[in-house]
Amino acid sequence: MAGPKRILAVASGGGHWQQLMLLRGAFEAHELHFATTLPGLPEAFDARPATIIPDCNRNAPLAVLRTTWALLRRMIARRPDVVISTGALPGVIALALGRLFGARTIWVDSVANAEEMSMSGRLARRVAHLWLSQWEHVARDAGAEYAGAVL
Amino acid sequence: MIFATVGTQLPFPRLIDALAALAPDLGEPVVAQAGPGEAARPGLDLRESLTPDAFSDLFRAARVVVAHAGIGTVLSARRFGKPLVVLPRRHGLGEHRNDHQSATARQLQGLPGIYVAWEVPDLAALLRQGDLEPARDGRSPSHQALLARLRDFVG
Repeated sequence: MAGPKRILAVASGGGHWQQLMLLRGAFEAHELHFATTLPGLPEAFDARPATIIPDCNRNAPLAVLRTTWALLRRMIARRPDVVISTGALPGVIALALGRLFGARTIWVDSVANAEEMSMSGRLARRVAHLWLSQWEHVARDAGAEYAGAVL
Repeated sequence: MIFATVGTQLPFPRLIDALAALAPDLGEPVVAQAGPGEAARPGLDLRESLTPDAFSDLFRAARVVVAHAGIGTVLSARRFGKPLVVLPRRHGLGEHRNDHQSATARQLQGLPGIYVAWEVPDLAALLRQGDLEPARDGRSPSHQALLARLRDFVG
């Protein structure tokens, strides 16, 4: 299918977000919408339009619900063709919701996970169409694909 | 000015203690984002946390940045073109959930502008070195390949 696609790009604040920013160059031809957990970050990187979503981790079920709700609202408003995340758990939720809405989904595991796939990455396996590690040996061990790294 | 940061997730008292011990002899101010619960120490300007703007400002103002071997800090050092000294967190010392920072540090070693202090005593020599090279944001062949794969997938 030709023409620009709607892409929702999701990453938690910190290293995940920085890596997402380093992948932006791949999506220049498309309509990008960002979601992250730390207010001020999109402005600092000139990443617009962007939505701030609540952060969560697997030890706080209520926070997981709040994040899911915020992402669900984004998903309904945007109807993305593609959802991409570099982590962490909010990104997994975004990919899962994306699939429900028929989007193609991409997981790029953080380059910080140099020994094994992250916990979020393992969760993302079931919902990612393209499941990448940024380390060749990690990809081999996990059964993921390796295509390169932002380092 | 030396800017130290331990990231947003976990404290790193070994690094903060090391900097407190070195600070009197360094001859330049040391500002440290140390996370919650660190006691004040003479010679260190400690901040619990920083807004993204304040973080960027300190990064820009620094001569050299000292940090854990966190990927966020590495990428910031490249973005702002600063020399970065990393002290990897050790799983064995209870500093992280696993030992991935040592693995990251092994990969980082030798990249331009990134210096690994494997042990606390290595910090002193690195911080006194006057000719540290800045880290640079260049797209490596591996980075290009990753972008190409993503471009191809999205279509």
